[in-house]
Amino acid sequence: MVGKAGRGKIKDTLFAGISGLAALSIIFIIIVMLYELVVGAGPALARFGWDFLTGTRWDPVREQFGAWPLIYGTLVSSFVALALAVPLSLGIAIYLAELAPPWLREPVAFLVELLAAIPSVVYGLWGLFVLVPWLRTTVQPFLGNTLGFLPLFQGPPLGMGMLAAGLVLAIMILPIITSITREVLLAVPSSQREAMLALGATRWETIRMAVLPYGRSGIVGAVILGLGRALGETMAVTMVIGNRPQVSLSLFHPGQTIASVIANEFTEGFNEMHLSALLASALLLFVITLLVNILARLMVWRMNKIPQGVSRE
Amino acid sequence: MVSRGLKRKLWNRFMLALTVVATAAALVPLASILYYVAVRGLPALNLDFFTKLPAAVGEPGGGLANAILGTIILVLLAGAMAVPVGILTGIYLAEFGRGRLAWTVRFLCDVLTGVPSIIVGIVVYSTVVLTMKRFSALAGGIALAIIMIPLVARTTEEILRLVPQSLREASLALGATRVRTVRSVVLRSAMGGIITGVMLATARIAGETAPLLFTALNSRYWPGGLTDHIASLPVYIFTYSTTPYEELHRLAWGAALILVVMVLTTSIAARLAARRLNGGR
Amino acid sequence: MESGKPGRSIARRVTGILGVLVGGILLAAVACAPWGEERRIEPGGKPPVHLLGVGASFPYPLYSKWIEEYRKFNPHVNIDYQSIGSSGGINNILRGTVDFAGSDAPMTDEQLARAPAPIFHLPSVAGAVAITYNLPGVDKDLKLTPQVLADIFLGNITEWRDPELTSLNPELDLPDMGITVVRRSDGSGTTKIFTEYLSKVSPVWAERVGTGTSVEWPTGIGGKGNEGVAGTIKQIPGSIGYVEMAYATQNGLPRALIQNRAGRFVGPTLETTTAAAAGAAVQMLEDMRVSLTDAPGEDSYPIAGYTYLLVYRDQHNQRRGEALAHFLWWALHDGQEHARELLYAPLPDNVVKMAEAKIKEINYKGQPFIE
Repeated sequence: MVGKAGRGKIKDTLFAGISGLAALSIIFIIIVMLYELVVGAGPALARFGWDFLTGTRWDPVREQFGAWPLIYGTLVSSFVALALAVPLSLGIAIYLAELAPPWLREPVAFLVELLAAIPSVVYGLWGLFVLVPWLRTTVQPFLGNTLGFLPLFQGPPLGMGMLAAGLVLAIMILPIITSITREVLLAVPSSQREAMLALGATRWETIRMAVLPYGRSGIVGAVILGLGRALGETMAVTMVIGNRPQVSLSLFHPGQTIASVIANEFTEGFNEMHLSALLASALLLFVITLLVNILARLMVWRMNKIPQGVSRE
Repeated sequence: MVSRGLKRKLWNRFMLALTVVATAAALVPLASILYYVAVRGLPALNLDFFTKLPAAVGEPGGGLANAILGTIILVLLAGAMAVPVGILTGIYLAEFGRGRLAWTVRFLCDVLTGVPSIIVGIVVYSTVVLTMKRFSALAGGIALAIIMIPLVARTTEEILRLVPQSLREASLALGATRVRTVRSVVLRSAMGGIITGVMLATARIAGETAPLLFTALNSRYWPGGLTDHIASLPVYIFTYSTTPYEELHRLAWGAALILVVMVLTTSIAARLAARRLNGGR
Repeated sequence: MESGKPGRSIARRVTGILGVLVGGILLAAVACAPWGEERRIEPGGKPPVHLLGVGASFPYPLYSKWIEEYRKFNPHVNIDYQSIGSSGGINNILRGTVDFAGSDAPMTDEQLARAPAPIFHLPSVAGAVAITYNLPGVDKDLKLTPQVLADIFLGNITEWRDPELTSLNPELDLPDMGITVVRRSDGSGTTKIFTEYLSKVSPVWAERVGTGTSVEWPTGIGGKGNEGVAGTIKQIPGSIGYVEMAYATQNGLPRALIQNRAGRFVGPTLETTTAAAAGAAVQMLEDMRVSLTDAPGEDSYPIAGYTYLLVYRDQHNQRRGEALAHFLWWALHDGQEHARELLYAPLPDNVVKMAEAKIKEINYKGQPFIE
């Protein structure tokens, strides 16, 4: 008996040890990742210092590397995506959580989530051969003619560019924001709604004044998670953004993001400094997505910490 | 006052209608993507597509059989590395992990999930490819595994946490060891959820392109050994779609159709299974 | 312990699933190598050899054809060429991750100094870069002098009715339009050849922009690949850009005549590219890192270049090295015949002779493969 219990204990310790080792592998991966990026980025960072962030020249021949056009392209394409996806996602989440007939909720939610399952490169293919020609022949001429006085919509209609990248990204982050927001809304206690409705508020007023504010931090968290995904998205963006590192107000103009510059130029690094600059950009992207993800999780956690009250679930 | 009430009512109607419009609008791109992938992909599919190697550039015919096989091999390779590590990490986090180490691991799991996949690609290039001095299926599998591990780990942890504490206590009180409790009580009730998680993670990595560009590279032959470069559907879609050849565009659409079918059936099956499990309880 | 039995069965299932997964992989892993190769062994044939090359996209259609043709006679040699860009080729040969590389730009001295062992440049064919444009109502070929061309791409000449252009082309009815410059957005050997030419003919260009596979352009919009540039030019009236010659010909794009060193206006064709190669061949350097841009000769088209195969002189694997040397030899002779049909200019005879000498130097432990 004693022997058996002893064996059990040894097994327990062994098992805990093995699972602990597996867990340590995560730490190991992150350390290796950071090490490779930092070491690789070293020469470029040492040479350009803070100018690397603010410099606007990306010139492999003269070995001048400033990542600002890439940072700008990354931010602008992501914010265009947010501007399009956030209102839509909120609308869908509200509809699915508050308004849709019960038989419709699950199927529609399911379809929206399917968007998340489609591979990035397929978005790129569709963007390149369907979305871009449509933008070039229909949307951009229309925007140019009607809103052309805005600096946002100037320039020749190329199809490829910031606008195309923003649109594809918007579609890609839509399911992320929608599904989290929907869960957040479902977690809002129904007492909140009932109180408002009892006061004679319309359904929209109830949603706007009771439901949304209650779930605010969760929704913000969802949006930031979507942003994190958009910032690092590579293939679909590379295929439609036009790949030119420039800072331009117009969404018609081609741009370049950090991720797309890596996909384009990493294999063809012109010289050691070019490669180092690419790794420095990668490090930058790593840090940005890291911060964004931490922020998002803090927001969602905060939401979860709110006492649940009478949950509808 | 009446007009104000009317205004509120109209506003209410309008805003609610907008949410319906938003929902419909979101389904348009989904429909468009599935439509084009099906309509342009189907004509590309024939027996050659599934049995032949790619033809020389600019020449008609040929297939992508090597890429289909390559994708399957890469996913299996990644799974072989990521599933055990991921599940064990999940078990550690849910059952044994306490204090700072567990917190760190959980946090880094989330960090790793958020790391853009292209960065995983360049890191694996710098470590594995440059060390072996070869582009290889192994390097591609490692890159995909790095993306898969945190997904599996976190799902496993979450599923295990759903297992009621009372079940564990009952088992321990009956004199079962920790290992036995985990194995026969906890894992038993969580198995379905974990399999679902693994399937979803598999679907996710099957479509990844960026991590393969610098690791598995591509190949126009049948997959060789683990240390040989290897073809995959996503990389073929990318390279073919950016060439000027119509014939290759056609093959790219065909490849996209196969990939979408593979990925969607896996993830739909996983979701349905998850739903049945949840419903069953 | 009621849960004991089903519990164990679950545990067994877990192990089973993991087992199947791991087993599957091992099976795939172990089975794959022989399985993939068995297919390729012809009855009574030699065991297969795999060669991997990466690099320039410009000769990709030709190399792809070569590999296919070569395999007809040597079914045991599996050569794979992935087009990832010239600089990518150079990077990977330097790091030793590939057996050979393709590049439109010869390696720089600095790059060669980084190589762990001597690397040979073997020209494979020559190609030209065409200047193409979209000018409604203009049906004859546009003529450009080097200076005007440079000024357009520098952004100094911005109107099609600029006196410089109208005086060069008195017979053309140039439209009253602004000039939109279109150029490559990705790193490209085509860009390298074009910017090298501009640097030679325009000191201002050399000073401000320089030569490279991707440069910082003073003006213009970017298109990805030859296709992107051509597509953009088709879209925008008043645009001008450069694409690889074969691509312009195949797509029926107009091609400007460029004034060469002899003062004649020449368009990009197989003949004028061959002439440029012959013109430059006279002063071929020993290491064959020679430029064809602005080549001397009456009929030479000035914006042309060799595309190279890069290989290590000292091979570390006997079988792969042998297969590589024989393939290169074949490409240099039989392969040249396929060049014309794909609109690449074959190598001049004296260049073939020089390349032959290099291939004979490729060796394994001091033992050359071809005597």
